[in-house]
Amino acid sequence: MIEVRNLTKHYGPTRAVDDLSFSVQPGKVTGFLGPNGAGKSTTMRLILNLDRPDAGTATIDGRRYEELTEPLRTVGALLEAKAVHAGRSAYNHLLVLAQTQGLPRSRVDEMIELIGLGPVAKKRAGGFSLGMGQRLGIAAALLGDPEVLILDEPVNGLDPEGIHWIRNLMKSLAAEGRTVFVSSHLMNEMAVTADHLIVIGRGHLIADCPTAEFIGRSSHKTVRVDGPDRPRLQQLITAAGGHVTVGNDGALTVVGLAAPPIGELAAREGVVLHELTPQLASLEEAFIELTHDSVEYGAQHDVRPAAAVT
Amino acid sequence: MTATAVDRRPSGPPEFVRLMQAEWTKLRSVRSTMWSLLLLVVLTIGFTVLITALIVSQWSKSDVTEQQRILTDPVGEILSAGFQLSQLTICVLGVLVMAGEYSTGMIRSSLLAVPKRTPMLWAKSVVFAAVVFVVTEVTAFVAFFLGAATLHSKVQVSLGDPGVARAVIGAGLYMALLGLFALAVGGIVRHTAGAIAGIIGFVLVLSPLAQLLPGSLGKHVYAYLPTQAGHLVAQSHRASGDLLTPWQGFGVFCLWVAAALALAAYLLKRRDA
Repeated sequence: MIEVRNLTKHYGPTRAVDDLSFSVQPGKVTGFLGPNGAGKSTTMRLILNLDRPDAGTATIDGRRYEELTEPLRTVGALLEAKAVHAGRSAYNHLLVLAQTQGLPRSRVDEMIELIGLGPVAKKRAGGFSLGMGQRLGIAAALLGDPEVLILDEPVNGLDPEGIHWIRNLMKSLAAEGRTVFVSSHLMNEMAVTADHLIVIGRGHLIADCPTAEFIGRSSHKTVRVDGPDRPRLQQLITAAGGHVTVGNDGALTVVGLAAPPIGELAAREGVVLHELTPQLASLEEAFIELTHDSVEYGAQHDVRPAAAVT
Repeated sequence: MTATAVDRRPSGPPEFVRLMQAEWTKLRSVRSTMWSLLLLVVLTIGFTVLITALIVSQWSKSDVTEQQRILTDPVGEILSAGFQLSQLTICVLGVLVMAGEYSTGMIRSSLLAVPKRTPMLWAKSVVFAAVVFVVTEVTAFVAFFLGAATLHSKVQVSLGDPGVARAVIGAGLYMALLGLFALAVGGIVRHTAGAIAGIIGFVLVLSPLAQLLPGSLGKHVYAYLPTQAGHLVAQSHRASGDLLTPWQGFGVFCLWVAAALALAAYLLKRRDA
């Protein structure tokens, strides 16, 4: 379990992480979501003791990362930036890490096999493609068979097959009871991978809840309604308390009234329906809506103060 | 999923030995190590033979004071002929060994594996100094015997002469310390190019300039500079103006290196990686 308490980190005048608290539970994939510049990578670096916090603590199973003996046997991490000497081969890179932890050479061979880098294991890592580099980073993370995995944007640069592979990998690691903490700025990616979400914007916590609840809670559920007599439909729904907007194709989009009451209403009034479709906002939409006020490098011109997140 | 489960019991040799194994793997698995050390050997042997041969061929044309200088400290002449230039390869390699971790991003992997940080620096220092000492010591003996053989017709020098064995061994000690000094500078500066420029500028440009400082101040500053003090141990005789004995000079250099490593360790511990 990862526990973050009141973590704060400044870079000069910029507050990268601001009084952030959350915990990451074992046995599920926890997505760490936020727009670019929200402080995801910084938080992970603080947990891993690569950066020093200005205030607050981050612990793994009750201990600070610095206090772990043979840390790679407890925590495996994949960082966003490259963390490999370009002149060293994949094999030797993993061997160096294995030696620091007292792991046998056979473990290095297993990892090379697992990530499918066998044919290029003895080649200089500097010549690796983004995807191969990412696979090597994942091998380094899994080397010590750790209980806790911290992965920063693991699908970056992977091809569709690689993305599929890493998704399944994360799910099976979580199913084995491990703690899997994975960051992404791609909400749809998290929708299919994460069981739980921690959402931050500008270093603040925005949401900490199951993925399904996040989508449900933060989106307007809308219903698409259509029929031969659209004006009559619009009139009935508005009278019943729904808010109607007319789409480009003439069909109605209803907010504030769910599909079952609309159907019952139409039946009672004898109005023909051609379509009655509940529409769930995508995770992407839910996310944009939630983090709307906390986008650091957004496209909007009217920059609002950072505090406007609730 | 992750194949076989890893044995969780603490296993194998103690932590510091494992860290040294890892640093040895780091050192041997990049090409710059091999090339730098090869260049060191070639430059040292090449210049030793070239310069001692020139001394012999120009003997009759050189003036008496120069002849006197060579006759007083032939081993010093031989060793500085070879190492004067080749010591720069150790400066470059020392910087690369530490600053290279930062320029490539390897430092993040290294510190994830060793989150207490300073043990990594100590292990790296021990392994690097040992490698440099072994390579330069062997090179120093080869250079000495070749140089002594070349000079034989004009100057006779053997390992048994007073101070000679100490000077030849001292050459390896000096180079190992110089390597550590460069490694520490690499850790302090963290940028490869900047650190290399810094240390080479210091050794080749700034140190000689200190001689130009007026009066006894300049003399003292110059005598206590790291490389000036340090290379005294690779000479068999004190020159008339030397303020320090060979081992005092070596001690001064040790203090410089210790200070530089301490600063590197402090910054490694304190700074964000």
